[in-house]
Amino acid sequence: MFLQLLVTGLVVGSIYALVALGFVLIYKASDCINFAQGEFLLVGAYVALWVVTSYNVPFLPAVMLTLCLALALGVLVERMVLRPFIGEPVISVIMATIGLSSLMRGVTQLIWGTDTMIYPPVFPQEPVNLAGVVISQVYLWSLGLAILLLAVFSLFFKFTTTGIVMRAVADDQQAALSMGISVKKVFAITWAIAAMVAAVGGILLGNINGVNSSLAHLGLKVLPVAILGGLDSIPGAILGGFIIGVLENLVGGYLDPVFGGGVKEVVPFVILVLILLVRPYGLFGKEVIERV
Amino acid sequence: MLVLNNVEVIYDRVILVLKGMSLTVPEGSVVALLGSNGAGKTTTLKAISGLLQAENGKVTDGTIDFCGENITNMDAEKVVQRGIFQVMEGRRVFEHLTVEENLLAGSYTRKDRSNIKKDLELVCRYFPRLLDLRHRVVGYLSGGEQQMLAIGRALMAKPKLMLLDEPSLGLAPLLVAEIFKIVREINRREGTTILVVEQNANVALSIADYGYIMENGRIVLEGEVDKLRDNEDVREFYLGLTDVGKKKSYRDVKHYKRRKRWLG
Repeated sequence: MFLQLLVTGLVVGSIYALVALGFVLIYKASDCINFAQGEFLLVGAYVALWVVTSYNVPFLPAVMLTLCLALALGVLVERMVLRPFIGEPVISVIMATIGLSSLMRGVTQLIWGTDTMIYPPVFPQEPVNLAGVVISQVYLWSLGLAILLLAVFSLFFKFTTTGIVMRAVADDQQAALSMGISVKKVFAITWAIAAMVAAVGGILLGNINGVNSSLAHLGLKVLPVAILGGLDSIPGAILGGFIIGVLENLVGGYLDPVFGGGVKEVVPFVILVLILLVRPYGLFGKEVIERV
Repeated sequence: MLVLNNVEVIYDRVILVLKGMSLTVPEGSVVALLGSNGAGKTTTLKAISGLLQAENGKVTDGTIDFCGENITNMDAEKVVQRGIFQVMEGRRVFEHLTVEENLLAGSYTRKDRSNIKKDLELVCRYFPRLLDLRHRVVGYLSGGEQQMLAIGRALMAKPKLMLLDEPSLGLAPLLVAEIFKIVREINRREGTTILVVEQNANVALSIADYGYIMENGRIVLEGEVDKLRDNEDVREFYLGLTDVGKKKSYRDVKHYKRRKRWLG
């Protein structure tokens, strides 16, 4: 029972981590919280589903295609919605993302309706037995893919010039500008990556739960994950995702029968409050470095 | 190399900061731009480097030419690509990045990526202290180390013209002297032209070939450094000297307050 819950928690947590990564990237680059992150997820899930079911494209190419589209969507949103707000107060940008989220949710419902749609079985159906823990293969794939992506992005930020430049812009925009770094380009890349990780998260969740517009609410649920880890810390987002995922499932498994359900949904927020009481920056949040 | 001709800068469409600023920086030289607070020194540098736009400022009149090309109101990225690099006031290093990552960020516009390793070593030769601190997070370095890093970061871009904005800000006098010595060395050995803005006139004039003095958004006096040093107004108002080598005492000020000759 415990191991079963733990593994499920890890799987869900890895997807949370992916989505939280999107929040963190955008927050790091532009100090703004993207409330449309959940809708990016939704669009990714729908597009992949649509490509797979309508055009009979095999799953993997479909994912690639979705990623390309997500990239384009991210750049487009940056250009159309965010760029006019450069130099404006952060709160205006946040309001713009809230508007964007309504718009995107409306458009997806217009195109794909509100019924839950199911992915055709892409992963083998028979569950795997790992030392007594039975898990379906979708979960294993999700976990693997999420961890792979997280690793790739961590390395990207640490070792590539583009990654370093993105962190530089997050630190001091003006100074970055003064050394010829194109802040606009960095923003575009940031939004593209955020849209792409959200799309992957959407596809994975869609495979597990089916796709309908409630998938977008996950965006709100992942926000505590990002805050827990520290809104501007990539390792924080990853760890926060796993912590919340595992706790949620353990609590759901053990306490929900006792209290008659519902505890699972509340626990992430309770933990969030407790941790923020002790560490206001989140677990790994960027401390304001003060030289004395 | 760099020619500012009658430049006028307006912030927010109302605040006139530069009022017909003209200045020439010859290739290979060190030029000092001196002036008190609010004279428009930083604005002049930002007008050159294109950072003005980010602050709602604009060059509304006059021209800025660099190597024969008009760069008035050009985007900051493009100006950097032309070979002008501004070291901003107050160091502005990337605090959460390591020393090495800061230097790499400075080399962002370089096309010859293969020489970057060599230039990292070059920067460490000028600033040996940075070598030991390579993997440290920059926010925890001392002010002097950060200033060295800021200049080293500029060096990584291999600029033709380096704009230094108050490199002495908040540093101990000994450290200021050391940093200016290195700046002069960079000028000699790398052939980098340097335009330095300073309030600390003494140290700036010690390394410069030519000096400009700015007040109220325009140049009021210019000349070879030796001539400037001999000018009585400069001595009085910028170097704090009356007779040669003698420090000024407050008692004299009470008796006779000298009027600036270039005004009125």
